[in-house]
Amino acid sequence: MNRLILKINIYDFTPLTQAIHDALSESFSPGITTLIEMVIIGIAFITLFTILGLVMVYAERKVAALFQQRLGPMRVGFFGTAQTIADAIKLLLKEPLMTKNADKFLFNLAPFFVIIASFLAIAAVPFAKGLQALDFNIGLFYIVAVSSLGVIGILLAGWSSNNKYSLIGSMRSGAQIVSYELSVGLSLLTMVVLTGTLQLSEIIESQQDGWWIFKGHIPAFIAFIVFLVASTAELNRGPFDLAEAESELTAGFHTEYSGMKFSFFFLAEFVNLFIVAAIGATVFLGGWMPFHLGNWEGFNLIMDFVPPIFWFLAKVSFIIFIIMWFKWTFPRLRIDQLLTLEWKYLLPINLVNIVVMAFIAMQGWHF
Amino acid sequence: MNELKTGLETQEYFINMGPQHPSTHGVLRLMLTLDGEIIKNVEPHLGYIHRSIEKMCEKDQYRMIIHLTDRMDYLSCHINNEAVCLAIEKALEVEMTDRIKVIRTIIDELTRLSSHQLWWGVMGMDLGAITSFLYGFRDRELITDIFEETCGARLTMNYNIPGGLMFDIHPNFQKRTKEFITHFKKKLPEYDDLLSNNVIFKQRTQGIGYLSKEDAISYGVTGPSGRASGFSCDVRKLEPYMAYDRVDFKEILSTEGDCYARYKVRIAEMWESLSIIEQLIDNIPEGDFQVPTKKVIKLPKGEFYQRVETARGELGVYIVSEGKVSPYRVKFRSPGFSTLSAMNKMATGFKIADLVAIMSTIDLVIPDIDR
Repeated sequence: MNRLILKINIYDFTPLTQAIHDALSESFSPGITTLIEMVIIGIAFITLFTILGLVMVYAERKVAALFQQRLGPMRVGFFGTAQTIADAIKLLLKEPLMTKNADKFLFNLAPFFVIIASFLAIAAVPFAKGLQALDFNIGLFYIVAVSSLGVIGILLAGWSSNNKYSLIGSMRSGAQIVSYELSVGLSLLTMVVLTGTLQLSEIIESQQDGWWIFKGHIPAFIAFIVFLVASTAELNRGPFDLAEAESELTAGFHTEYSGMKFSFFFLAEFVNLFIVAAIGATVFLGGWMPFHLGNWEGFNLIMDFVPPIFWFLAKVSFIIFIIMWFKWTFPRLRIDQLLTLEWKYLLPINLVNIVVMAFIAMQGWHF
Repeated sequence: MNELKTGLETQEYFINMGPQHPSTHGVLRLMLTLDGEIIKNVEPHLGYIHRSIEKMCEKDQYRMIIHLTDRMDYLSCHINNEAVCLAIEKALEVEMTDRIKVIRTIIDELTRLSSHQLWWGVMGMDLGAITSFLYGFRDRELITDIFEETCGARLTMNYNIPGGLMFDIHPNFQKRTKEFITHFKKKLPEYDDLLSNNVIFKQRTQGIGYLSKEDAISYGVTGPSGRASGFSCDVRKLEPYMAYDRVDFKEILSTEGDCYARYKVRIAEMWESLSIIEQLIDNIPEGDFQVPTKKVIKLPKGEFYQRVETARGELGVYIVSEGKVSPYRVKFRSPGFSTLSAMNKMATGFKIADLVAIMSTIDLVIPDIDR
């Protein structure tokens, strides 16, 4: 055990993970080692989900309060910090209800689809150097692919609830996610033209001397904006929260859910927000890579002093704040306007952008 | 018969919007017939909050009727009270002092402002911008504070009585109202920043829910909703009551007739209300705040009608008296009821999301519709 503690290095987690792996390999056969590692990672992610849920719900409420000139939760705990814990307990104790003619199997299955999609996606998120569960050569593609699985859960929820509002909500959501998936994919592809790899750890390493958003000229910036807008839409968050448009469809696809099943949807929304922010931070803002300026050795050294995990969390928080800012400022779009925005504006802009980016990369004009 | 046979059976989609629904703002039930998301027909069903106020008026004495009118359009309760008071005063042929007239007018306009502020906040919330709701309430709070200081109540005020006002104004009234005006003049441009000039908001409201001038007249759509269609129907201008003949204000008219026009008319009306209050607040004449009337009022035999401009449109009070302590019949012509009848005309062919915008811009108060 002491051996492991000695290996803890906040700047690089590789020795620690390697040491755990070595220690396990000494005692067990390779198959069992993998199994134990999977269990450890699973437990770590469940813990992370809980913490993320608690922290982000609190953050959202405080950010909303900030925009709305009020205080937000203040009563439970210091500055209302225990409010989300109280809410979680309330949700746990709530009776799970089901409508009479609901499709029981699908109704119960739907929340798991949504939450499992987030579980799969978060596995590939690089939190810090060496702190990444899955790092393989198609990491970015993998995240984009599995995160879109969640829409199946939403469609199932809307269909199986036997509620007309839910059905409309889930149909909207289906159209929306399928459309905006394209823009998210293409805006990330624009950056892949520069990075030349889909492996997330390599994408971060390639930003050693500057983040892609600075190195990639205007196309990178456009891609970042498109990514932000499209991923907000993919998250079903305001101003694109048509699937749960509260004032039109009461609560949309999760109208009939209560208790823990509802909180799965709720949790998945926040975890997905985190994942999207993490991808954005990784591809555009250098992930856990500290802010470096060309040849300024002294400056870079000071920046390196801040641990990568804090850099990562700061960048993620920044993107999350922007997405929350959207939600608390803009009115909601209508479904046809939403699809017009995607197919008539974002997609063409993206396609032109990717060509421009390819040209820049070909000519080597980027830094 | 000639439809293509696709092998799929299609049918229209029925949805009950309400009686419990977040954007009907009360217990209004709309039966929607949908084709996908497009509205084919809207059928409002009323009666979920019917309290038979008109019938109750028939057994009450005249002074008691006023308390019932608070509960109709609770957002412009002072103006409702005033309508009944004016009808009674007209029948009794008592002349109000200038002081009463001016104070009533100022509070009328404050009520209109607070109603429009609430409408603005709720409008934003209906379109998904929750922040505007709290902005609206922040500013409305100052007006309700003034009301509370003036007469003790914040919402259902009962400040008017036949023959004047319940109390004289509070010594702080003028000071606080002026403070509110300076505050709100700074905040009203914020409303434009947050919603009016927002691209998404414009897209959601421009060209939506069109109502022509002819339709507005034939359905009896009055108030800001009617004026947005170009129907000049401001009772304050047409039949000035109280101090409206001595103040200078514009009747806001628009010709577009869509949701955005209705929105803009209300925002412009807030500026006009501010200007009316500004003109009067420093010139409240000295005098009595009550004109002596009998404790138990008996109206002479006959029919009396008075109309006023509430925040939602024209409110008419029709009293048939047989010379007794309570009226033979009272009929309220409420603005919301007529406006709601034009809903089908406005909403057909648009989407569900547009219906929410339309309902928001015609500013429904359900207890006003179901009296």
